Amino acid sequence: MEEGTTLPRLLLRNAQRFGHRKAAIREKDRGIWQTYSWADTLAQVKSFALGLAALGLQRGDKLAIIGDNRPRLYWGLSAAQCLGGIPVPLYQDAIAKEMQYVLDHSDSCMVVAEDQEQVDKVLEIKASLSKLKQIIYDNPKGMRHYDDPMLISFAAVQEVGQQFEHEHPGYFEAQVQAGAESDVGLMCYTSGTTGFPKGVMLSHRNLIATAENLRQVDDLVESDETMAYLPMAWVGDTALSVVLAQVTGMCVNCPERPETVQQDMKEIGPTVLIAPPRIWENMLSQVQVMMGDSTFLKRTLYQLFSPIAERVASLRMQKQPIAFHTKVLYQLGNICVYGPICDRLGLRRIRYAYTGGAALGPEVFLFFRGLGVNLKQVYGQTEIASISCMHRDDDVKLETVGQPTPGTEMALTESGEIISRSPGVFLGYYKNPEATAEVLRDGWLYSGDAGLIDEDGHFVFFDRTNDVAQLVDGTRFAPTYIENKLKFSPYIKEAVVIGQDRPWVATIINIDFDVVGKWAERRGIPHTNFTDLSRKPEVYDLIHQEAVRVNAGLPASTRIRMYVLLHKELDPDDEEMTRTRKVRRRYIAQKYEDIIAAFYDERPEVRVKTVISYQDGRQVEIEYTLPIRPVEEVDMDKA
Amino acid sequence: MDVLTIEHVSRNFGGIRALDDVSLHASAGEILAIIGPNGAGKTTLINGISGRYHPDRGRILVDTRDITRLKPHKIARLGIARTFQNIALFKGMTVLDNLMLGRHVHMKSRTWRCGLYWGLAQKEEVEHRRVVEDIIDFLEIEHIRKRLVSELPLGLQKRVELGRALALQPKVLLLDEPMAGMNLEEKEDMARFILDVNEDLGTAVVLIEHDMGVVMDISDRIVVLDLGRKIAEGTPTEVRGNPQVIGAYLGEESAADWAARR
Repeated sequence: MEEGTTLPRLLLRNAQRFGHRKAAIREKDRGIWQTYSWADTLAQVKSFALGLAALGLQRGDKLAIIGDNRPRLYWGLSAAQCLGGIPVPLYQDAIAKEMQYVLDHSDSCMVVAEDQEQVDKVLEIKASLSKLKQIIYDNPKGMRHYDDPMLISFAAVQEVGQQFEHEHPGYFEAQVQAGAESDVGLMCYTSGTTGFPKGVMLSHRNLIATAENLRQVDDLVESDETMAYLPMAWVGDTALSVVLAQVTGMCVNCPERPETVQQDMKEIGPTVLIAPPRIWENMLSQVQVMMGDSTFLKRTLYQLFSPIAERVASLRMQKQPIAFHTKVLYQLGNICVYGPICDRLGLRRIRYAYTGGAALGPEVFLFFRGLGVNLKQVYGQTEIASISCMHRDDDVKLETVGQPTPGTEMALTESGEIISRSPGVFLGYYKNPEATAEVLRDGWLYSGDAGLIDEDGHFVFFDRTNDVAQLVDGTRFAPTYIENKLKFSPYIKEAVVIGQDRPWVATIINIDFDVVGKWAERRGIPHTNFTDLSRKPEVYDLIHQEAVRVNAGLPASTRIRMYVLLHKELDPDDEEMTRTRKVRRRYIAQKYEDIIAAFYDERPEVRVKTVISYQDGRQVEIEYTLPIRPVEEVDMDKA
Repeated sequence: MDVLTIEHVSRNFGGIRALDDVSLHASAGEILAIIGPNGAGKTTLINGISGRYHPDRGRILVDTRDITRLKPHKIARLGIARTFQNIALFKGMTVLDNLMLGRHVHMKSRTWRCGLYWGLAQKEEVEHRRVVEDIIDFLEIEHIRKRLVSELPLGLQKRVELGRALALQPKVLLLDEPMAGMNLEEKEDMARFILDVNEDLGTAVVLIEHDMGVVMDISDRIVVLDLGRKIAEGTPTEVRGNPQVIGAYLGEESAADWAARR
């Protein structure tokens, strides 16, 4: 890699190197995959960038981007970079109030919004955004009667850009040349499990160096295909769909709609994929449900072959020899079971699959490794431009996140906190030097994650330091570990384990409405909605078995003693989760203190009040009685 | 400009007078709601317009053309599309095929050409598919494109049926209880689609609906039927305050009580 390059310069290089011969980005539209080559991409980015210039975007100005993964939004992101501007991707499912904070704090002067839904949100908060000058929208559907002077369509901006090109030939190229690798190339707001989101400033050098480090481990090349389906505001998506795509020239595929991802993935068959644990867990539940509904023959084959897959996967991980007959059986299983399942999930051509963002339960990990998917744990932060630590192909271990990528140094502080140093370490938080000074000391990035290094030099990551909990008697336990074990059940969508400074462990559980709903339907258990289903005694019985199963794998002192099935789904809109779907433990502990109090008073049930806001603004308070069930004694008898 | 005119239409079933001298009109780009208690003659009226059966007396015009005695498929070709109270999709076919069927009246290729397929028939099919894909995009049903209709929940089936009616590219869209059996969220979605059809495509919509909230919210004009007669017509506000309408819905005595209490 040439020194001092920037993402826009890589775009020019790709357009020159691949021209019309290679796809840069695809989008499914009207049921057909529409392909844009690298030359098309450059032309689109260029006209849009010049349009932005004509509308007054200066070097250093921020361009907010809100929406699902659409080529035009990626072009908007590149266009801002080409002009020396700074793209700020936002979570598309953020409510207006959250967006207001980020748009205001980032001083965004223009917004690229995907559609009416996003435009409506921006218009709603427009009055409080004094710096905002322009709202650019991609999809005009439903906006025929919108006449706000700030609005302009993506296509119209490109037209303005073409006009601008005639008047200022060479402007675009000059701006690209003027860019330096130390310029801020991207600003991501971290969702933060506590406090306000912070704007992480990443330079072109940060982004590209991190990508290059990763490439030294996994040789991503131009013929690779990836799926862009995770929020653009998550650094994992930008790292892959923007930076690695520019660095390697690989092709990025945008699904038709969020609901069609599974089908689209099957059609594309990506070779590289990154997904947070939640997605892997969903895929696994889907397979389990699919198998439950399947024919006798298929189910039998699945039950026969899945233990073999897992055995082979774990033997390989432990680098132990595999008996000849097991190998034969595994190959047979590959033909009958693993291959077809991978095909269904769109994972058949996967060369590298990554899971990151949080810890993935070992059962889920083993399941995919068993299917033959090269799934690897990666570890990193937004502040280090995504991935800094990962498994090597021949060195995957269940409980670890692998070793630092070349070019990255990682170490542990005396208190066991993971710190890292690499060219990917960010420039600082936007307008927040205090917070920067807290995490960035002597060039080291302090992650706030507890960890240790095992005998093979692998890092083990314990989740956020403050999430390692302690019972009153001093027993230490990791709530996430227990939660992941619970979430391995297809019936459990979310679990929050409680026990800090308490005598024993209790948990609040969210059932998976789709799966449990189907289960109830098959048994003829009538139900109306989530709340109703959650309170059914039959459903409690179902979850009870899962809790007993989990307890069997836990040391006696940290077994789940009580649980409740929560009457509502945890939702980022209610601040119970971050936008990347991590539970905000402390907030939940506060919000549901009644439930927690009931746990430790050992009451058989608890009354909870919820305020429901209807869309017309009315608010109604409803009170529910939630049963609380004990688990542990049952288990102890058996033990 | 009226796209649909109904003049003095009556219809008897045996001794029952289902429609009694009903006149109304719908203009281009308008949402007209027809409301009334059960048995008021609403569906009979829609069936009369779409040619399912014909009125005993009176005339029905599309633009200036008399369609009173035409067969349903001829009426469809003139730009009248409808949906049914109890969904009438082909349950064993995919969503896409159902929508493509909606294009049937516009297809020019006949048996021979379609049998050969390659060439003109293929070209024509691609054109029709484009129209259908626009509708799929419009109604946000991409994810169920290839699914069988029978596998879908009711709310989505209703949406697909609307899609099939739209595939005709109609001038007038007759919707017979498009929101029956839906939950609040599905109703909101449907209301939004109806408004979008009306605004973006300029289609006149004639709507039968029992949910008064929806009717009052989205219609430009309301016609009230009771026992086969038209008893009121006007904007939502006018109709809401009309004592005859209240009488028809609540019964004469309650209406008097209600008036007295005011």
